[in-house]
Amino acid sequence: MRFTKDHEYVSFENGLATIGISDYAQSQLGDVVFVELPPLGVKFAKGDAAAVVESVKAASDVYCPVAGEVVAVNEAVTKEPSLINEDSQGRGWLFKAKLADPSELDAMMDEAVYSEFLKTIA
Amino acid sequence: MRYLPLDGADRRQMLARVGVPDIDALFADIPADKRLSGLIDMPLRASEIAVERELGAMAAKNVAAGSTPFFLGAGAYRHHVPATVDHLIQRSEFLTSYTPYQPEIAQGTLQVLFEFQTQVALLTGMEVANSSMYDGSTACGEAMLMAHRLTRRKKAVLSGGLHPQYADVAATLANMSGDTIARLALDPRADEDIIAEIDDSTSCVIAQNPDFFGNLRDLRPIAAAAHSKGALLIAVFTEAVSLGAIRSPGEMGADIVVGEGQSIGNSLNFGGPYVGLFACHTRFVRQMPGRLAGETVDAEGRRGFVLTLSTREQHIRREKATSNICTNSGLCALAFSIHMTLLGERGLRQLAKVNHANAVDLADKLAAVPGVEVLNAHFFNEFTIRTPRPAAELVEALVKQGIIAGLPVSRLAPGAGLDDLLVVAATEINAPEDRAAYAAALAKYLGGSR
Repeated sequence: MRFTKDHEYVSFENGLATIGISDYAQSQLGDVVFVELPPLGVKFAKGDAAAVVESVKAASDVYCPVAGEVVAVNEAVTKEPSLINEDSQGRGWLFKAKLADPSELDAMMDEAVYSEFLKTIA
Repeated sequence: MRYLPLDGADRRQMLARVGVPDIDALFADIPADKRLSGLIDMPLRASEIAVERELGAMAAKNVAAGSTPFFLGAGAYRHHVPATVDHLIQRSEFLTSYTPYQPEIAQGTLQVLFEFQTQVALLTGMEVANSSMYDGSTACGEAMLMAHRLTRRKKAVLSGGLHPQYADVAATLANMSGDTIARLALDPRADEDIIAEIDDSTSCVIAQNPDFFGNLRDLRPIAAAAHSKGALLIAVFTEAVSLGAIRSPGEMGADIVVGEGQSIGNSLNFGGPYVGLFACHTRFVRQMPGRLAGETVDAEGRRGFVLTLSTREQHIRREKATSNICTNSGLCALAFSIHMTLLGERGLRQLAKVNHANAVDLADKLAAVPGVEVLNAHFFNEFTIRTPRPAAELVEALVKQGIIAGLPVSRLAPGAGLDDLLVVAATEINAPEDRAAYAAALAKYLGGSR
């Protein structure tokens, strides 16, 4: 699993990237009440706003950490946004994308580096 | 805190920080010939008495709407506003209140907005309404942008019966955002083939009822055609009182309903401030612009009100906000709400009936004038006549006799070949003798000019 400084994660398996927000991000947002997901088939460049996660405190953009095409969205979080609070890095994923260039993942933080990064902003 | 103007050193420091040589450089985007180069040609000083005298003389040149038989409508309507309305809105709790960000000190304002929203939702036949927009035309433009967000499409189809100024506002917004507008020709016949314009790239159809010429339109076929292509119907009204007599836009299948609320509780005010009404389906609420007051309970379970869904607003989302409407027309919305409360449902229906009856009487009287033709098959309190003389000249001539005859279509659509059309409105405020005076003056003018 790889992370960005904006607290998105990408987990890459069988050529598909699953994208969501980190556990730290959900803890900072508070109770998530609404999720807006991208339409299937849309192509994002790295850094494009891809989804919106709205909590009782704020509505935040989720930026696509890597370039790719959306091939699946998690309808379960649309129906039950609290899944993001319960398990953002598991059942609370947001969408899956076919990556344009999987080597872009190499520039992202791995779990160890990300947890060090979190200490610097705490 | 001292409140003193900045001195030269402060200004130089700020300009250096911004990186411009002088204050004029901040206005570089305004073409030089549009900027003022010297003082305006007016005296530097005059006594208060002299100023009052001069401005009073200037104001006296206006023909006041209330002092004359008045038949102007076309988006702004002269109705009776009960004295209670002005009396209540001038209470300082209402008059001086600001956006109710702090529910603990703003329950009165929030409850008023909540009641206002409830009234607008009931009137329009929709599930949810916001706590108002600037006016009908900007509400219409915002509805178009909302439809684009919802459908992820960028083409709006505008009916030729849409008020030309509403269409202009939508065109201005579309021009700035690079979206497409298909604008049908302004046409009093109301038989345009708007459905043929709807395609798979269409985000919304914007249609007005009663339309600019006063025609009543059946929005149901348009709604069905739009929905079959995945597009939304935005229904527009400029005369809120009409909703007391005709089928609500919600019942006719509209997805978003916008309109001007000035008719209820608000005077003509020289064209503003007015109050835009905005309603939609609940499932669209997160893409709805503007503020929303919601009902809730406090920590002790007591009923209370708050601004809700404000995470989408500019004070939190900055440039990504759903809209950048900074303040609603709160006081105008309050006036609307008070007047609507005084009327009640039965009162509104009765008011609408009187409006329609007066307009029918006027149409009959004008149609009896040789050479004049009433174009509408169906109308509420406004209709269009074709006259044998240019409508603009006719209006000028009747003003000299103290009668405001209506709006020449050429005023809003010059060069459209509609110079012989006059849009005429009658409300509860026009007395029978006003209508008779209008018909007599028109007959005299047309008879004498032949």
